[in-house]
Amino acid sequence: MASDKPAVDRRRFLADAARGACGAGFLALLLGWAAAPSRTLAATALRPPGALPESEFLSACVRCGLCVRDCPYDTLRLADLGAAATAGTPYFDARKVPCEMCEDIPCVVACPTGALDKRLKDIDKARMGSAVLVGHETCLNVLGLRCDVCYRVCPLIDKAIRLETRHNERTGRHAHLIPVVNTDACTGCGKCEHACVLEEAAIKVLPAALAKGRIGAHYGLGWEEKARHGDKPFVEGIIDLPDRGYTPPELPRAPGREFRP
Amino acid sequence: MSARRRPGPAAIRAKGWFAAHRWLLARRAAQLGFLALFLGGPLLGVWIVKGTLATSLTLGVLPLSDPFIVLQSLVARHVPETAALLGAAIVLAAYALLRGRLFCAWVCPVNVVTDGAAALRRRLGWRDGVRLDRRLRLVVLAGALLASAVGGSIAWELVNPVTMTHRALVFGSSLTWGLAWSVVAAVFLFDLAVAPRGWCGALCPVGAFYGLIGRWGRVRVGAPRRAACDHCQDCFAVCPEPHVITPSLKNPDSDLILSRDCTACGRCVDVCPQSVFVLGVGRQGPAAGAAPLRQGDLP
Ligand code: SF4
Ligand code: SF4
Ligand code: SF4
Repeated sequence: MASDKPAVDRRRFLADAARGACGAGFLALLLGWAAAPSRTLAATALRPPGALPESEFLSACVRCGLCVRDCPYDTLRLADLGAAATAGTPYFDARKVPCEMCEDIPCVVACPTGALDKRLKDIDKARMGSAVLVGHETCLNVLGLRCDVCYRVCPLIDKAIRLETRHNERTGRHAHLIPVVNTDACTGCGKCEHACVLEEAAIKVLPAALAKGRIGAHYGLGWEEKARHGDKPFVEGIIDLPDRGYTPPELPRAPGREFRP
Repeated sequence: MSARRRPGPAAIRAKGWFAAHRWLLARRAAQLGFLALFLGGPLLGVWIVKGTLATSLTLGVLPLSDPFIVLQSLVARHVPETAALLGAAIVLAAYALLRGRLFCAWVCPVNVVTDGAAALRRRLGWRDGVRLDRRLRLVVLAGALLASAVGGSIAWELVNPVTMTHRALVFGSSLTWGLAWSVVAAVFLFDLAVAPRGWCGALCPVGAFYGLIGRWGRVRVGAPRRAACDHCQDCFAVCPEPHVITPSLKNPDSDLILSRDCTACGRCVDVCPQSVFVLGVGRQGPAAGAAPLRQGDLP
């Protein structure tokens, strides 16, 4: 009987080990479920400058808050449980406090883990998100009034945001000055969203991919293709026929009525 | 069945109130002191320690990181910068030298919560509850590492009550405490009503990790006067890891508590009316005059 004991012990050990492994797997699955919703950042939460892409960020950021402490404008906060970002991670809500785009980027310097990438040396190259005019029915400039506040507060005025002139059909004699964001230059600092005078901002910083949209690879723009091909036609040997169609007759115009059809 | 007597009164009678609470007071002072170091900056503008228990910077030069969090980051395939790696190495070395679970009894803010639940249980005379296998915390530890590796994120930080509580204390105003309170309350209720000493004793992988790295540390409790033991069992009643005590009273080779589970909280020292136990460093203190130190004979 005594000779059975080691065998029993070994069987017991193996069973314990197997149960332990199953338990660890069970827990890993539970944690996986808990992690699933945190994988995408809510559109209202912006990461500090230099933050790695969200999935990498969550493997890097230890939630120490050193970036929060070193932000001189109290822009950043650590997310509470149930906030827009994963609990404990740093984020900011541009409508409350935007990023002031410090030249020395103290938040990035403070990060001990590389979750905020130290290769970011020029704050103008930060891409925290991208502003986009979402309130096309509420933006005062689109309504034909002059507000321009978002345009004027932009640290990259005329690069990241410009005013585009459109004819005002309603009055017939004025212009709309539409705020248009250039996503290639916008840092996503959120100063425009912060400054928007409306009750709910008409311009908002969103994750760049959301803000920008995407045309799709198969789509070519005729005029760009043409510029790329120089004067040559798209397809060799194609005959460019003259455009022909309806030509409106010359009508006599009453003097002084050009602007009021 | 007669209820077990409450530990404490006998020691107070034998040694006086102060001697019967010496280590408890020292521990609460240490826990508050560590918190004060973190809070000096935000509250008073005196920046001694910046950050949280996850990673901090002391006096602008000394980084300290939670090695378990850095390990999860590593298995999630991120190589942290030198500051965090160095910080983890320093913490690892310190706890390996001293005693891993010193963190649990002397630093961790959740300890106050679970100690509170245990004290209330004793007061209420609640003896029943689920007795969880203490090895479960190693399973949780493995599960957290697995989830980090597969999911590519620092998994335990999604639920870790230790850092959540600390963060709420250091970074939250009373308004933003929000749901962090619910985490503290959940741990308290769990220990109070579901599993006695369940959280720290059986589930928390942070404590388990510190236990693994620091079992050979020099800070130890020993029972040099074990001959005076009159089997009142008060030490077993207060100890958060009671299984560690028996060997120090019975083992013929060593009167030291050698188990990695001992948090060196010193409650047994306080509560023993016969002054059997001592808490000390290395061979001065517990090992002095006792049988030669032998390591590794206990799991
Ligand atoms: S760049 Fe300056 S204002 Fe912006 S988050 Fe960093 S520290 Fe704060
Ligand atoms: S300093 Fe880096 S690791 Fe710390 S909270 Fe900020 S981003 Fe995360
Ligand atoms: S977020 Fe607004 S203010 Fe900031 S760079 Fe972009 S357009 Fe300018």
